[in-house]
Amino acid sequence: MNIEMKGIDKSFGSNQVLKNAGFLLKDGEIHALMGENGAGKSTLMKILTGVYTKDAGTIWVDGKEVSFKNPQEAEKAGIVFIYQELNVLFDLTVEENLFIGKELTKGFGICNKKAMRAKAREMMDKLGVKIPVTATMSDLSVGQQQMVEICKALMADAKVIIMDEPTAALTVSETRVLFDVIRNLQAKGVSIVYISHRMEEIFELCDRITVLRDGEYVGTENIQDIDLDHVVQMMIGRAIGERFPKRNVTVGDEVLRVEGLSSGKLFHDVSFDVKAGEVVGVSGLMGAGRTEIMNAIFGNIHLDSGKIFMNGKEVKIKNPRQAIAAGIGFITEDRKTEGLLLEKSIAENIEITNLPKVANGFVLNKPKQRAVVKKGIEDFHIKCFGPDHECNNLSGGNQQKVVLAKWIYTEPKLLILDEPTRGVDIGAKKEIYTIINEMTAKGVAVIMVSSELPEVLGMSDRIVVVHEGRVTGILNAAEADQAKVMTLATGGSL
Amino acid sequence: MEKTKKGWGHYFSEYAAFIALLLLAVVLCCISKEFRDVGNLLNLMRQATFNGLIAFGMTCVILSDGIDLSVGSTFALSAIIAAEMIVSGLPAGLAICAALVVGTALGAVSGVLVTKGRLQPFIATLITMTAYRGFALIITDGKPISKLASSIESEFGAALFAGLGKGALKLGFIRVPVPVIIFLVSLAVFWFMLTKTTFGRKIYATGSNIKCANLVGVNTTKTKIIVYAISGFMAALAGLIMISRVNSAQATLGQGYELDAIAAVALGGTSMSGGRGKILGTFAGVLIIAVLNNGMNIMGINTYYQSVVKAVVILIAVLADHKR
Ligand SMILES: Nc1ncnc2c1ncn2[C@@H]1O[C@H](COP(=O)(O)OP(=O)(O)OP(=O)(O)O)[C@@H](O)[C@H]1O
Ligand SMILES: [Mg+2]
Repeated sequence: MNIEMKGIDKSFGSNQVLKNAGFLLKDGEIHALMGENGAGKSTLMKILTGVYTKDAGTIWVDGKEVSFKNPQEAEKAGIVFIYQELNVLFDLTVEENLFIGKELTKGFGICNKKAMRAKAREMMDKLGVKIPVTATMSDLSVGQQQMVEICKALMADAKVIIMDEPTAALTVSETRVLFDVIRNLQAKGVSIVYISHRMEEIFELCDRITVLRDGEYVGTENIQDIDLDHVVQMMIGRAIGERFPKRNVTVGDEVLRVEGLSSGKLFHDVSFDVKAGEVVGVSGLMGAGRTEIMNAIFGNIHLDSGKIFMNGKEVKIKNPRQAIAAGIGFITEDRKTEGLLLEKSIAENIEITNLPKVANGFVLNKPKQRAVVKKGIEDFHIKCFGPDHECNNLSGGNQQKVVLAKWIYTEPKLLILDEPTRGVDIGAKKEIYTIINEMTAKGVAVIMVSSELPEVLGMSDRIVVVHEGRVTGILNAAEADQAKVMTLATGGSL
Repeated sequence: MEKTKKGWGHYFSEYAAFIALLLLAVVLCCISKEFRDVGNLLNLMRQATFNGLIAFGMTCVILSDGIDLSVGSTFALSAIIAAEMIVSGLPAGLAICAALVVGTALGAVSGVLVTKGRLQPFIATLITMTAYRGFALIITDGKPISKLASSIESEFGAALFAGLGKGALKLGFIRVPVPVIIFLVSLAVFWFMLTKTTFGRKIYATGSNIKCANLVGVNTTKTKIIVYAISGFMAALAGLIMISRVNSAQATLGQGYELDAIAAVALGGTSMSGGRGKILGTFAGVLIIAVLNNGMNIMGINTYYQSVVKAVVILIAVLADHKR
């Protein structure tokens, strides 16, 4: 299926997010759609699939002008959008999710369970993935949930599948499976629009690439003809230099030390330490227990045993408030469900973490509020209408910056970052790294959990590798490399 | 899906409740001379006080993603405790304080059930609603307690008690009833609390995303308990004004008041799933209900029909709100 979009304009209120944007998708290709956070990638695709209406411009599908009124219409035409935030019903089973609204019946609205089960199994086999169709969605990993979404798209007889940052929450092996599935689909003539901020993936997977900048069409290239620097140049209009900025910090005294942390089946006998001015990367496969360990240090998960020391003194942390009082800041992995008050403004989100800073006693103080929020928006280059911009309507990367901003001003001694650059564009990633470096220069100790190996290797002074809830090794930056980390992360030994 | 920022539509939906109130009032003023009488309007405000006070507390509870069905029973039980203390000869001031403390405690119990007991707010307050009504019946044995004012010995106490519901302050030409003053002062206090204090922020944060609120250091358990306690306090305050006005108390007081309060909050545009809403909206919602009641009474509309009309108005308001 060929899709052409031309001269697309779109404004939200007075804010124009797409100006003369366009895009050409050829039959059976994997086409990367690139751009900074807030460049309008998701919006452009939402216009294609009828989630939003365009202000101006034309869309042709196989040469015929179309304008879908809603995603259902687009789906009927064979265009399916798999959203950044998955759209699944967690309490239902895989097969129920697959057939929701399109149940096979024996007539009179009575479901034909047998037929549905058979069809579901058949589709899973076609995709080449092994997911029990009777399993409840919430019991599956994110990667598996995504496969179910893809399966659903195929059942709708999709000719074009749009994937918005599909690998953001996948393990390395799940990503491999996804890529195989995508190539498989391509072989069957399905076109894919692929949105991602992971450059390595783009070069590995895609045929062509289209770049948007500030809502405008910049250009389309064949992937063979360009390199990373060129793409970055197109995306942000300049080169960014080193991907991982250098840090010149002398490491100071120990800030955090944990000894023998255990909690149920989640993790066992975890010990490590972090010093002032140091970045300790935590690596491991998805589900290895990294997030759980961090939550336990922050008092959000109950510890069965183990000790936590801050600046050499043992502290008891039973809830997040005590953790904050001990000088810990925690940027959670899931900004939508834990990191942000989504329906609230940027200002309210920054203020709620900094209440003592923006109030005199109980009473909020306007000038103080404004000062903190303004600084946050400026320091982090958050792209928004202003402090009252609702976080829901921010692009993914800008949401992440709000989460960072709200913690930085609490002036923590230890900052725990769980996947700090997930869904963040390459320029903003560098900004975040720079912010991390500035923090360490002030003597803050940083723990950075990340599934992106290049990032862990590029940023950390030491790397703690976790496998199935146990620390399998602690590597110094100098001795660490991709192979060593992966070996430890999969349970091997060096 | 789309949302325009700050167009006319924005202001319209922001103040929908006030616009509806204004329209309603203007229409009634035009067609009824009795309605536009100053005395009637003050009377209307006084009648609105009971629902208003309760609805203010309810707004906080709903903003924190809860609901409080027990307010009607708390209203009755705290009023009865005050009444029993008065007829047994205790000072009126003490009785009033006791009723307010009891109301606060009764509310806090709901809050504890919701947080520590991990009960759904609907179920938790259904339980307290039933229990408090039961206690009220047990204490009074189902009989009314009357002649409250004349049981008070001290002159000051008698004046204090009677003044609560029947008193008035002279402001220029008009005598403003004390309940109306309490109503307006409460409005100011709640407005200040919700918009200008850190505690207000915590209520909104709790109702908006409790996980996130916890992680940024908001004690959501404490916040919720306090919010239910506030709701209980406001119900008790309304109950005291009621017994002062009617000079008697009985266990069936305040039945169904929780529904009027919830209706007012909904009319005011507060989201039933918490995190979004304004106290001024609730104020408008309370007045809409009061204007409807008053207007229909004046026009002699059968009370059976009045209920249906109220239902239709609430339906329209809530539907309009969904269109945002
Ligand atoms: N419903 C909305 N209302 C108001 N503004 C919106 C809305 N949706 C998106 N925006 C704004 O439009 C711009 C483009 O957003 P979009 O989500 O398309 O970016 P993106 O390129 O997908 O970014 P990311 O890589 O971070 O996901 C952003 O500045 C965002 O704040
Ligand atoms: Mg996006």
